[in-house]
Amino acid sequence: MTLPIIEVRNIVTSFGKNLIHDHVNCTIHRNEIYALLGGSGSGKSTLMREMILLERPQSGTIRVLGHDLSTLTPLEAIRLRRSWGVLFQSGALYSSLTVGENIALLYTEYTDLPPKLVDELIQLKINLVGLPPHAKHLYPSQLSGGMVKRAALARALALDPKLLFLDEPTSGLDPLSSRQFDALIQQLRDLLGLTVIMVTHDLDTIHHIVDRFTLLGEKKAIAEGTLKEVLAIDHPIIDYFFQKGQHGITR
Amino acid sequence: MQSVIPASLTITHDSIQTLLKCKGNWTIENLSEVSDQLENLTLQPTILWDVAEISEIDSAGIALWQLNNRLFEQKGHQCETIGIRNEHSHLYRLLYSKSFQDSPPPDLPSWLYRLGRETHSSFLGIGTFLSFLGEAFILLFFTLRHPHLIRYRSIGAHILETGAKALPIIAISAFLIGVVVAYQSVVQLQKFGADIFIVDMIGISLTRELAPLITAIVVAGRSGSAFTAQIGAMKMTQEIDAMRTMGFDPFTFLVWPRVFALMIVMPLLIFFADMVGIFGGMVIANAQSNLSFTEFINRLQGALALKHYLIGIIKGPFFAFLIAFVSTYRGFQVSMNTESIGQYTTKSVVNSIFLVIACDAIFSILLTELKL
Repeated sequence: MTLPIIEVRNIVTSFGKNLIHDHVNCTIHRNEIYALLGGSGSGKSTLMREMILLERPQSGTIRVLGHDLSTLTPLEAIRLRRSWGVLFQSGALYSSLTVGENIALLYTEYTDLPPKLVDELIQLKINLVGLPPHAKHLYPSQLSGGMVKRAALARALALDPKLLFLDEPTSGLDPLSSRQFDALIQQLRDLLGLTVIMVTHDLDTIHHIVDRFTLLGEKKAIAEGTLKEVLAIDHPIIDYFFQKGQHGITR
Repeated sequence: MQSVIPASLTITHDSIQTLLKCKGNWTIENLSEVSDQLENLTLQPTILWDVAEISEIDSAGIALWQLNNRLFEQKGHQCETIGIRNEHSHLYRLLYSKSFQDSPPPDLPSWLYRLGRETHSSFLGIGTFLSFLGEAFILLFFTLRHPHLIRYRSIGAHILETGAKALPIIAISAFLIGVVVAYQSVVQLQKFGADIFIVDMIGISLTRELAPLITAIVVAGRSGSAFTAQIGAMKMTQEIDAMRTMGFDPFTFLVWPRVFALMIVMPLLIFFADMVGIFGGMVIANAQSNLSFTEFINRLQGALALKHYLIGIIKGPFFAFLIAFVSTYRGFQVSMNTESIGQYTTKSVVNSIFLVIACDAIFSILLTELKL
């Protein structure tokens, strides 16, 4: 394996006196589906927000695609932001624009492609994430929860990013939709060569599509590796998180 | 990392076919030139795409190729593609596997239909406002029979928020209105040597009309908009639904405290605006026509009948009622998208200012007819 896509080294984060991360490390390789796990308040979402330049750690380095995030120039930051797509937990679609316009925004701002081609691309992305064709003309308030997630994914994929960040992609979806969404993510990873980083609580997702993950707890990264590797470690938080012996995920 | 080779397209014609030789990186950043090139081509009946030398392609590249391919076929050309590489066909299959269909935008209905619909919905709007008022009053009577349900604390908080904290802006506005009226009248009155009538002018116009109106407009802009935004935000976060499920009625908890607070505060604010406005006039009268403060006040006692002052104060609760009801009503109309908060806040301010002015006009006509 060549250079890792994302390298997190000795991250320390605190909000006021509340310490969130105490020297957290993790490494994400190309073409992986990587998960950040942990209980509520363990700082997994914060870690992801630090990776996508929404927040800054107090100390430590994060390197994304070879760039050190703490020494980025504004121009590099813009270029870097274009190379990833982010799916927020609640979708964060712009509510005054239709789904089609939400996707089109990225094309019209960042490229000078002719309108016909932009239309074709919007339709492609909408088909790709499994939305019905007429969804393009709907406003976010007219969509169901599952459709909002799909539309947000279509927007995240608009510029063919190499990196895809997902914040709780299956939360609020029914089990069947969740599995469909997982399958979609896996298919996209395989065919588009994406690297996927997600924050999730969904044990099924972890079981079926996640390659490697970090489990955060007690302000530290408790374990990193594949599910098999992590389950081999004896640690109360690991036992608790995977509910060992209760739901079939056992050693 | 390979170096980036921009996308390029070489077009060669022979007697029966056009060869489109595609090269380089057909990725989204590099496509604009190629797509320009593909517009307005004169083509032979058969078109051959050679894609063997495309080093990298993304969905935008594939879409460009497919879009043009489809357009050529629609124009009756024969299209063929050679040199498709395996890694590219994966992406193609992913994108175009589900039967590709574009959905045309829904047709806009005719203007007549839209006019009818708008008229109908504003007509219904009157109905919903009346039912809002009706529901509010039913709950008011219910609450009055059970006075322990009255939200005194909330009323107090709103009095502080809409009254005490509005004093500075009302002071500035009223002072300036007093200054403006005095300035304009002094110039006219001096022509007749009737400088002393400035006192009548300021005293009556301010207390009877201008101070209530200016106060109401400031309050509508300041507190009316806040009411709409507060209730709208609560509606968006489902707080109002939560209140209903717990048996806290939104009218007793949200509407009536605001209405009462504003109805109590408005006459006080108008009185305050009267004082500051007259003071503003006094300052100008002193500066422009050397009318001393004592003279001004002596004259004012004779010139300003009590009824003018009372009429101004009486308008307060009416204006307050209109502003508070319209703005809380608009707050409840906010729907589940962020844009509608702005939309309804605008509507609430526009409606309440209009209603205040209309109400003032009615007062004016009625009172004049009654010879007051």
